[in-house]
Amino acid sequence: MAAVELRGVRKSYGSGKNALEVIHGIDCSVADGEFIVLVGPSGCGKSTLLRMMAGLEEISAGEIAIGGRVVNQLEPKDRDVAMVFQNYALYPHMSVRENMAYGLKIRGVAAAEIATRVERAAAMLELAPYLDRRPRELSGGQRQRVAMGRAIVRNPQVFLFDEPLSNLDAKLRVQTRMELQKLHREFNTTSLYVTHDQVEAMTLGQRLIVMNAGVAEQIGAPMEVYAKPASTFVAGFIGSPAMNLLRGEAQGDRFVTTATSAAIALATPAPPLSIHLPVPAPRDGPLVLGLRPEHLVPASAGAARFGFAVEMVESLGADSYAYGLGGGGTLIARVAAGTVPVVDEVLPLTFAAQHMHWFDAANGKRVA
Amino acid sequence: MEKRVIFKNWWLPLLLVAPQLAVTLVFFVWPASQALYGSLFVEDAFGTSSEFVGVQNFLGLFNDGYYAHSFGITVLFSVAVAGLGLGVSLLLAVFADRVIRGARLYQTLLIWPYAVAPAIAGVLWMFMFDPSVGVAAWALKRMGVNWNHLLNGHQAMALVVFAAAWKQVSYNFIFFLAGLTAIPKSLIEAAAIDGAGPARRFFDIVFPLLTPTTFFLLVVNIIYAFFDTFGVIDAVTQGGPAKATEVLVFKIFQDGFKGQDYGGAAAQSVILMLIVVALTVAQFRYVEKKVNY
Ligand SMILES: Nc1ncnc2c1ncn2[C@@H]1O[C@H](COP(=O)(O)OP(=O)(O)OP(=O)(O)O)[C@@H](O)[C@H]1O
Ligand SMILES: [Mg+2]
Repeated sequence: MAAVELRGVRKSYGSGKNALEVIHGIDCSVADGEFIVLVGPSGCGKSTLLRMMAGLEEISAGEIAIGGRVVNQLEPKDRDVAMVFQNYALYPHMSVRENMAYGLKIRGVAAAEIATRVERAAAMLELAPYLDRRPRELSGGQRQRVAMGRAIVRNPQVFLFDEPLSNLDAKLRVQTRMELQKLHREFNTTSLYVTHDQVEAMTLGQRLIVMNAGVAEQIGAPMEVYAKPASTFVAGFIGSPAMNLLRGEAQGDRFVTTATSAAIALATPAPPLSIHLPVPAPRDGPLVLGLRPEHLVPASAGAARFGFAVEMVESLGADSYAYGLGGGGTLIARVAAGTVPVVDEVLPLTFAAQHMHWFDAANGKRVA
Repeated sequence: MEKRVIFKNWWLPLLLVAPQLAVTLVFFVWPASQALYGSLFVEDAFGTSSEFVGVQNFLGLFNDGYYAHSFGITVLFSVAVAGLGLGVSLLLAVFADRVIRGARLYQTLLIWPYAVAPAIAGVLWMFMFDPSVGVAAWALKRMGVNWNHLLNGHQAMALVVFAAAWKQVSYNFIFFLAGLTAIPKSLIEAAAIDGAGPARRFFDIVFPLLTPTTFFLLVVNIIYAFFDTFGVIDAVTQGGPAKATEVLVFKIFQDGFKGQDYGGAAAQSVILMLIVVALTVAQFRYVEKKVNY
């Protein structure tokens, strides 16, 4: 086990005029035994960052240290990390047992020791009956566990996971997610986990690195990221359904939104453009107001902060989500099952002062 | 799922396969049956009369010391050509697979020798190694090797092996390169993280995964060395010196056209045909059984 340090890590593909930078300088300290989740949309550079830690991609600038040792120039085999690939990358011509034993065999571990370690990992992952099968004779979930077993037996300093659950069905994903948590509690090995699934990110990570286009937008505990998103990007990415973001002009306790043209064209009746704020905005002028769907609550007509023209209702059993126009844009509001609104109704909505998120209109950074 | 087309009339499918059938009949079935027929007769030296002798020609071959010798030479030659051809092409394919920049150029250049006709390839090598004027022979002599493949049987054998293998390398190369490209990169990466260096990765992961390709090429190369090297031998050594490079195909030509022993040569071709059939059957058996990863 070891701490991992990223200092100004950059990655460019190509060279000279054609150089294309895809990671623009990432700094992060991962504590010994911590479970960190790298989350972000497709193509933002998560895999690239993970592969740089594994030694599969060259580090263009900056430093990566594992256990206090800078590994920039080290071969993958000398970094003492184990990686679980999205496609599992099991050796097709080897049995499950050989797959798990391969790394130990290369490192010259005694045969008896290899056997006990493989048996133990297999028992833990419920793979014991399949030890002599080839990977192609296993189901997707079993292959995934073999890939994890191959990482576990090595007992490395760091685990690297690149979307290891994305090829599993929804139910198996939930189950494996819990197994992963259990494994981490047991071994307490420093882990870096890549996903674009925010539920995985929220449930697995002790801390998240939210990435966007090669930049770490925010690093923090899941609840912290949820409660205080550092930018409009994070606000829109973490939380499901996404946070409502309204552009507009703040004047004291009034927020006049700039209606999107779609909102104006579609709305009948015309959406109310002014929102009455519970407390004044942190500053006057152009801002973005963020409100989570779960923080918008129906109010009596007199207490309404704005009206919400309901266009569609999605019921998910316990909750319903109402989609419609309000505050000059399309909004989503969560409504309790008992009070399902009627389509075309104008619903008076309110929200509490502590649930407002303010962002700079120009650069999207959090203001308060 | 297999796609089947149902034809309404019987003559259209027949018309469509007719060209291929014609080629097979004219260039394979007819000569093969001629050989089979001819192998049962003995012709006199002038080709005016022939006498039915049954399997006498075959029995004659089994008692002929030269035939056994030629068989041994052929086995040695084939193993050497296949071994050298496969080894060199695999090495080149591994290097070409690692090259990122200019990969296309290397690949194209490496494929060229395959387009050279066997006889021309043979002539090329004959000139390079000609004991009196050849540039390679001259270089070898400068290095202290007394090169004269016209007198030294081992040197002659080495030369035809090189010439025959050289032509085959490009063919093998294409298949090996395709096989290498088909191996998922993540497997190699997983092995690297597991702690395997480049050599270890090759022998533990890459080579086993190439087995189907290697086996296919082995059979193809042996068939090539057995049957398709007449041009090379004829151009470079003509079976000499002292029959040191007289492989089976060349002996057929020698006995049939030079020695006028038409029946004996026909019997030899029949045996060669049986060998190629056996090799092909072995290959199909293996391919069917072979697990696909
Ligand atoms: N070999 C390469 N050459 C050039 N650009 C590359 C190369 N590999 C990746 N990229 C680029 O780097 C960026 C980051 O890629 P990366 O694979 O890290 O994304 P990701 O966040 O893992 O996405 P996903 O969630 O889809 O896996 C992408 O824009 C991609 O096009
Ligand atoms: Mg990725």
